[in-house]
Amino acid sequence: MSHLLSLLGIPVILIGLAARLNPLVVVTAAAIVTGLAGGMDVVAIVSLIGKGFNDARYISVVFLILPLIGLLERFGLQARARTLAARLAGLSPGRLLIAYLAARQLTAALGLLSLGGQATMVRPLIAPMAEAAADTGGKGGAASRDLIRAHAAAVDNIGAFFGEDIFIALGSVLLIQAVLEQNGVRAPPLAIALWAIPTALVAFAVHAARLRRLDARLGQGRAR
Amino acid sequence: MIGVRAVYLIVGAFFAVVAITSARDRGNPKRWRATAFWGLFAASFLAGDRLGSFGSGVLAIAMVAIGGLGLGASRVATTTSGQREASAARFGDRLFVPILIVPVVTLAGTLALPWIEVGGAPLVEVKQVTVISMALGTVVAAAVALAMFRPPPGAMPQEGRRLVDQVGWAAILPQLLAALGAVFAAAGVGQAIGGLIGHALPHADRLAVVAVFCVGMALFTMIMGNAFAAFPVLAAGIGCPLIVRAFGGNPAIVGSIGMLSGYCGTLMTPMASHNIIPTALLGLPPGAVIRAQAPTALIVLTANVGLMYFLAFRF
Repeated sequence: MSHLLSLLGIPVILIGLAARLNPLVVVTAAAIVTGLAGGMDVVAIVSLIGKGFNDARYISVVFLILPLIGLLERFGLQARARTLAARLAGLSPGRLLIAYLAARQLTAALGLLSLGGQATMVRPLIAPMAEAAADTGGKGGAASRDLIRAHAAAVDNIGAFFGEDIFIALGSVLLIQAVLEQNGVRAPPLAIALWAIPTALVAFAVHAARLRRLDARLGQGRAR
Repeated sequence: MIGVRAVYLIVGAFFAVVAITSARDRGNPKRWRATAFWGLFAASFLAGDRLGSFGSGVLAIAMVAIGGLGLGASRVATTTSGQREASAARFGDRLFVPILIVPVVTLAGTLALPWIEVGGAPLVEVKQVTVISMALGTVVAAAVALAMFRPPPGAMPQEGRRLVDQVGWAAILPQLLAALGAVFAAAGVGQAIGGLIGHALPHADRLAVVAVFCVGMALFTMIMGNAFAAFPVLAAGIGCPLIVRAFGGNPAIVGSIGMLSGYCGTLMTPMASHNIIPTALLGLPPGAVIRAQAPTALIVLTANVGLMYFLAFRF
């Protein structure tokens, strides 16, 4: 029964996010409620939060690239990316993002996950190029700019997620194998990796089709 | 041995510079909040291990309090769009060189560093080789950029602060979500959900069980913000006992497509750093990245149910 009480943190998150409270506050409140409902004292809860926070510092190492990106932007990186996109005849946001999706999935499937990324590729290169590709079609505006940027970010995530599991030595394949084995079920890593291919193909087909529709929505597809 | 702590010292030094430049930013009426926030983040990287778990917890909650109040709008002097166009014309494609150095060095480091030994001991902490290589790539690329473009002194930290302030308080949300995951695990949230699902469907048919497994992976991932936290719970509760043992499903297919169903959840949740960081970095309204991803995620999730149902019992 005490286990069921520990679920109280989940409605805290749902209500907090629905009420548009600051997510930092919502998440912390959910952690405290969950800990109290699970029978922990305040010192134990704060210590768990501290340990979890510390152990996850590796996630924030990505911010180390921001001074470099900012400096390159100061010297016109995004402007240059736009020029590059404008020089490629027939480039549309959808076509550019489909090409990046394919490249991201293939490289991730080969274990080359670090070739892409939101800070390293999307903000400095892919997003401005996609925006420039839309501009040449004559459609601008903040709404479509945000839409294109959001799709640039989405492609990086979708390509990475539905590519990485095809690579045999990556964390997730090894985690799947380890968890199955804990439950007394054996599965070779190669088989786990290979059976990620059908979903990867579906994901590419679905998302590429949606990117073509994005072009149509932006008034690009028919013009060419 | 060079470990991840050396990387944390560099990251901590960067955030310390952000804190100091924030303190000097008289254009931001809330500059002391920004100074305190980034100063605490710097302290977490520089001294998080010495602070201990309880001390770090107090630090994290103090950052939440300051971040919840708001950090104010910073002012950073940067170039105008006209200056940028002129500079882009001058430097041309050389502007891409540092950007390409980062992944190349990261990749080379990830492949080569584990093999390098000094005095019989590995040069770097092998488990953290990707993070160490990424930091190395960033530092090398920054040095190359400084040599190529010769910016005025102080420009690089100021430009870094410009982007850090664009991310703002969201910078600590991914780490805070990981902390929430640690509390969830200690309180037994996973077992509670697994038990609930287990009670709900003991004798259902194959398709229903496969659908509950895949959709459950997506939903639980949305709550936890991480498919890796959801998979052990649902594999132990449904995947292994029901789909593999009771119905004879192929474990590699069940495991692989199950995890990929979790990723569909990652694409749809505001709790995942994969959605938080780009939203902040690209200056997008909340939910914009998720809206771009959700239709694909839902279609792929549906396809996964079908794929597992048709493949797992045939191969």
